[in-house]
Order: sequence, then structure tokens, then C-alpha cells
Amino acid sequence: MSSMQSRRVGGPDFSVVSVGLFSTLLAFITLFIASRALDPGMAFHAGLMTGAFVLGVIALVFWYSGLHGKEAFDPTRYDDGIVKAGVFASMFWGIAGLLVGVIIALQLTYPNLFYFDQYGFTNFGRLRPLHTSAVIFAFGGNVLLSSSFYVVQRTCRTRLAGGAWPWFVFWGYQLFIVVAATGYLMGITQSKEYAEPEWYADLWLTIVWVAYLFVFLGTLWKRKEPHIYVANWFYLSFIVTIAMLHIVNNLTIPISIFSSKSYIAMAGVQDALTQWWYGHNAVGFFLTTGFLAIMYYFIPKRVNRPVYSYRLSIVHFWSLIFIYIWAGPHHLHYTALPQWAQTLGMTFSLMLWMPSWGGMINGLMTLSGAWDKLRTDPVIRMMVLSLAFYGMSTFEGPLMSVRAVNSLSHYTEWGIGHVHSGALGWVGFISFGALYCMTQYVWKRERLYSNSLVEWHFWAATLGIVLYITSMWVAGIMEGLMWRSYNEFGFLEYSFVETVEAKHIAYIIRSLGGVLYLGGAIVMAYNLWRTARGDTRISELNDAERAALNNPEKSATDAAAQPAE
Amino acid sequence: MALFDKHSFLEKHSSVLTVGILIVVAIGGLIEIAPLFYLKNTIEKVEGMRPYTPLELAGQKLYIREGCYVCHSQMVRPLRDEVERYGHYSLAAESMYDHPHQWGSKRTGPDLARLGGKYADTWHMDHMKDPRSVVPESVMPPYAFMIDRPLEYKNISDDMKALKLVGVPYTDKMIEVAEADLIAQSDPDSDWEDMVARYEELAGREGSVNVRAFDGDPSKVTEMDALIAYMQMLGTLVDFDKYEAEDLHNRR
Repeated sequence: MSSMQSRRVGGPDFSVVSVGLFSTLLAFITLFIASRALDPGMAFHAGLMTGAFVLGVIALVFWYSGLHGKEAFDPTRYDDGIVKAGVFASMFWGIAGLLVGVIIALQLTYPNLFYFDQYGFTNFGRLRPLHTSAVIFAFGGNVLLSSSFYVVQRTCRTRLAGGAWPWFVFWGYQLFIVVAATGYLMGITQSKEYAEPEWYADLWLTIVWVAYLFVFLGTLWKRKEPHIYVANWFYLSFIVTIAMLHIVNNLTIPISIFSSKSYIAMAGVQDALTQWWYGHNAVGFFLTTGFLAIMYYFIPKRVNRPVYSYRLSIVHFWSLIFIYIWAGPHHLHYTALPQWAQTLGMTFSLMLWMPSWGGMINGLMTLSGAWDKLRTDPVIRMMVLSLAFYGMSTFEGPLMSVRAVNSLSHYTEWGIGHVHSGALGWVGFISFGALYCMTQYVWKRERLYSNSLVEWHFWAATLGIVLYITSMWVAGIMEGLMWRSYNEFGFLEYSFVETVEAKHIAYIIRSLGGVLYLGGAIVMAYNLWRTARGDTRISELNDAERAALNNPEKSATDAAAQPAE
Repeated sequence: MALFDKHSFLEKHSSVLTVGILIVVAIGGLIEIAPLFYLKNTIEKVEGMRPYTPLELAGQKLYIREGCYVCHSQMVRPLRDEVERYGHYSLAAESMYDHPHQWGSKRTGPDLARLGGKYADTWHMDHMKDPRSVVPESVMPPYAFMIDRPLEYKNISDDMKALKLVGVPYTDKMIEVAEADLIAQSDPDSDWEDMVARYEELAGREGSVNVRAFDGDPSKVTEMDALIAYMQMLGTLVDFDKYEAEDLHNRR
């Protein structure tokens, strides 16, 4: 193909130069901070970032000079290299995040075996943010990055905008993950749930995110389709809203630019509501609209049917994004937050049920006329089950937001079960569906390495989720009832620790569920790896392919006799 | 329907779509959060609230560092069983100096909003070192690595300066002598009277600053000194004898 590659005209590519210069500048800034750091955490992180920027610039220079004048970003082709990298990153972080999840589940189940009293960094308090950030932001974030880059190119019929900038976004995001994750292990945290990274990591993510927004918008601007496809509305709302939430929730004053410690600008009740406005909408806009975008592209594509209803997609898009943002206060029922705010949050949470199910219905009904594919294509089955879990957890959510229900469910394992039915069921399965599709499509394979391994993944993960959420329902409702239980003399019946002890069996079942889900993900990683290599499992070849495999010489002569494709 | 046809305008203009999304998602947060900053009854009228002493602040930093908020809430809800189990329900005023708040969202362990004074320092030492030595069924991690570790406090006045910037009423004097105050609070043989007076003046009442060797060893300031000092003052500041829950200003 190299002979067909267009030659570069004019000077060096602007995006390469700008990425190179910007990274060099950042390398100097971080080096300066590292040299004067007030604490070891900051010294390590600033040094790590300097190293990353220097490495990035060196890699960029070597890659660019290695092109010998060839067009670096051929505008006639899609940029699929970044999608491939995103698939790898997703699987890597996915398995890492699930593994940490299994470890912390085991810590609560067998504290004598899984805690090490001289190694603070292995304690639950530090590993739990590592788990949540790894699965939400590292796994989920990479799935969103890579799928949005894949989808926006196809639906706009143009190459990604920005030349080298998409790669800046990709590697910049990985750097953010590494800084955040190592920070948690060292005890660097803001203690705001799902927003734990400290000020400099937040600042870096903001830079990366703005670059992401412009790459995405830039691609929309040069689209060759008159209309912006519905999946891109959802991606856009995810990118824009996450930027808003991230910036406001992380408004903070560092004690010095050479220190890793900062103090959040808001305090107490105002900070709490801002936190849950952020926290709930990280669910709403990271884990919902972003993954609905995936649904709106990959389900129609895989079943080869148009989206069920264009009008429904308009109605549910605008109502979903409008209503979601109000729902945060339901995390603060019966707290010191003024009651009017709690009531508003509960009301909008109940309303949220409808637009959520609008999305589920639009996805499910897209299968009209193609339901038979549920039987033949396990990838489709996975995505359909993800919609079922989406429907279930978006019903459970409004239920739990009712103040009376919340007085029982809040602070208990029920919340953990609820999150995981959404995260493992909806986000996990729709991501797996997208990863199976993208791997097959970007490596241009006719099919996956093995459909029966997808079946194994499907059933192991499904069984894992069922064990997880049922055990947590039982544990959560049980402890909630035990906390408020009175004996015949009018005293509290149980001490707190009795409720902890009562959950032991449920914790064992939960750990088992996690192990099954992790096992499924490992099977998937193997399947994707073989698919990318171009292998097909021998038992899944069709007759002609098997004949060719058994008799390579004959098939070679046959092929020679055939006219070229 | 004509309205749906108009939607195609948004589908053809990405900038308008972007701005439209931003406006739609900004509304809810503005209406819910902004009033909390100017409605006067958001934070109750109480007596006794004061900023953390330097040692308590260092303790809170450790509480945050170790991710205690992951398993422990600091928010007692006004429900019968919670008030009987933990103590008076939490007020917004009690976290007015927490940047950020530590209300938490999960009780894998019990609520800590009213922990102060409930257990002896020695109990905390044993419990932090090996939780299962005092509570056999506990699933809490051990913190033995913090027992003799010296507290890092040389920048504590920078912490207080940053907090002052975000509205915590530390005086210049408090910031100036922060390091000495920190050491004094953990050593009952030191001259701690001025330190106590400084913080009790802001609290408006006496008896809200504990001075002792929290880890049992007055000779050096360890991480346990700071953490236990923080835990022992949690929920003890507000004078509930003078709190009028039925006052119109305090009605939620």
C-alpha cells in the first residue's frame, strides 16, 4: 500500500509540532515542580509526569521522522490505530480493576488473610478508590474514548480531526489513570467519592478533556453527512457535561503548587450537595449517556436494523439529560441537607425512570424483525441483556430514591448491589459488546475467534452478576432491618458488629460472583487477542475452511484457479 | 410533527447542539446548589463550633489519606434507631469547616459523627493496631503501621493558610504558631494554655480542646496522636444544651 500512500506537501504537520511543543513545555513545568516538591508524593508524581512527557516527545519524534515524508494522517482513511490501542487499554484496565474488586471483596470476607498490618497501601480504604476508578474511569473511560473515536469517524464518514491530538488524548488519559491510581496507593486523595484524584491530576485531566472535546467537535465539523447521528448527541452530552461536573466539583486551593495536598473550596452541606450532584451525574453522564451512545451505534449495526424510533430518541435524549442533573440530592436523604433540596432530588429521580426506559425500549425494539439473532450471535445477546440490566437498575434507582425506602437502603450493601447491577450488567455488558464488535471490525475479521468462548463469557459473567446482586440485596436489606430492630423492652436489638457478622455468608457469595465475572473478562481478553491475530477456532470453521485447512496444497491450487477477489 | 422537524436544525449545527446541551444540563444544578450559598437557614444557629486545632487537622488529613470515609459515615440521620445508637442527629453546622465534607455514603463500619469521647485513647490504640483484638467480628483493616510513625507536620501552617483562603476563620496568630500549638496539644507537660485559649475563644465556650498524650507517649508526636485527637473531638463541639431545634431558623 505504501506506493499508494499520498506524499506530504509543505512543512511538518502542525498537530505534530503543537503536541510536541506543548508536551515539552509541560515536561519543563513538571520538572520544575518535581525539583521543589514539598512532599514525596508530589516529587514522585511530578517526576512521573516529566518522564511521561519526555518519553512522549521522543516517541513522537522517532515515529514522525520514520515516516520519511509519507502522509502522517491520511485524510482518506479512518484512524483505526487509536481504536486498536483503546481496545487493548480497555481490556488491560478492565481486568486490573475487576481483580482489585475481587481482592477488596475478599478483604471484607476474610480480613485475617487479606490485610497486612505493616503495608498501609493494601488496606481497603486505599484499594477501594483504586477499584472504582479503575473500572469506571480506566476501563469505562477507555471504552468510551475508543468507541467514540470509532463511531464518530464512521457516522461522519471522515477521519478523526486533529492529527496527532487524538493520540495526545489517548496517552494523556492513560497518564491521568496512572497518576490517580498510584496516588491512591500512596494515600493522595481528596476523599470525594469518584473524584479522589488531587488537584494536579484534576488539572491534567481537564487539559486532556478539552483536547478530547475539540477532537470530537472537530470531527463533527468536517463531517460528510448532513446530520449528526444520534449516538454522537449522546457522546457530546457525555463529554460536555463531564467537563462541567469535573471542574465545579474539583474547585480547590492547593496549599502550594509544590504540594500534593489541597483543600476543596466548599465545605460541609454545600460541598456535600456539589459532590453528589457530581457523583450522581458521573453515573448519569459517564456511565449512562456515554454507553447509550455505544448502544445507539453498535446494536443497530450488529443486528443490521435501523434504530426503532427517531422521535423517541429525541424525546428521551433531551428529557434524560435535563432530568438526570437534578437527581443528586437523593444521595443525601435525611441528612443535614435542607429538606426542600432532598424533595426536589427525589421527585426528579422518580421522573427519571421514564426517559431511562425510553432508551431501553428504543434499544430493545431495534431488534424487531431480527430477534432470531439472539440465538445465533452471543454478542447481540450480551448487548440485549445489558439493556435488560439497564432497565432493571433504572427502575431500582428511582425506587431507592423514595425517602422512605432510602431510610432503609442508604448506607447499606443494597447500594453496592444496585451500583453493580448497573455497572456489571449495563455498563459492563454493553462495553463487552462494543469491544467484541470493534475488535472484529477494526482488525477486519469476518468473525470472532470463537463464539463459544463468547458464550462462556456470557454465562460466567451473568451468573457472577446474579450472585453479586442477590447476595447484596439480602445483605443490605438484612442489615438495614437489623439496624432499626428493637427488642421487646424497647432497646435496640443488635449491636453494630452483629450486623457485620451477619453479612459474612453474603460476602462469600459476592466474592464468588466477582471471581466469575473476572473469569469471564479473562476469557474475553483471550478471545479478542486471537481475533486480532486473525485466528478462528478450528471447531468453528465452516466446511470449506476446514477442507482448506486439512489440505492446504489443494486449496492453494484451487485458489490459484479462482479469479481474484 | 413540526416540532420534531425543527430538531434537524440541531442535528446540523454541532455548536448549537453543544451549547443547547450545556444549557439544559446546567439548570438543575444551578437551582439546587446555588441557593445553599445564600439561604440563611441552610446552616443552623449553634454555639460551640470552632475550626480544628493543628493536631486535629493533621488527624483529619490522615483520616482522609487512609480513606476512612469509604466505610464510615459522619452523618447521623434523625431516625429513632440512629439517634439512640449514635447520639444527636448531625447538623449542617457541624461540618461547616470540613473541606471537603466527610458525610460518607456507606456504613461498612459504624457512623463516626459522635465518636468523640466514646472510647478511651487506649482502646483506640489497640483497635487501630489490630481491630480484631478488641472487636473479634470486625472487618476493618489494621493500622499498626501508623502506631510509631512520626507525624509529618512541618507544613501545617500552609494547610491552615489554604483553609483560611476558603473561609475557615483561623487568625493570623493561630497560623503563626501552628507548629508549636500542634506539639503542645499532644504533650500535657507543655505550655498549652495559650493554645487552648485561642481555640476556645473561637468556640465561645470552654472544654472543647483535649490536651494529652493521645498515644500514651508525650515525648514525640506520632500519626496516632493526631488521628486519635481528631477522633476524640468528633461531634463534641456543638453545645446541644443551647441548641433550639424548634427555632424557626433551625427547622429543616
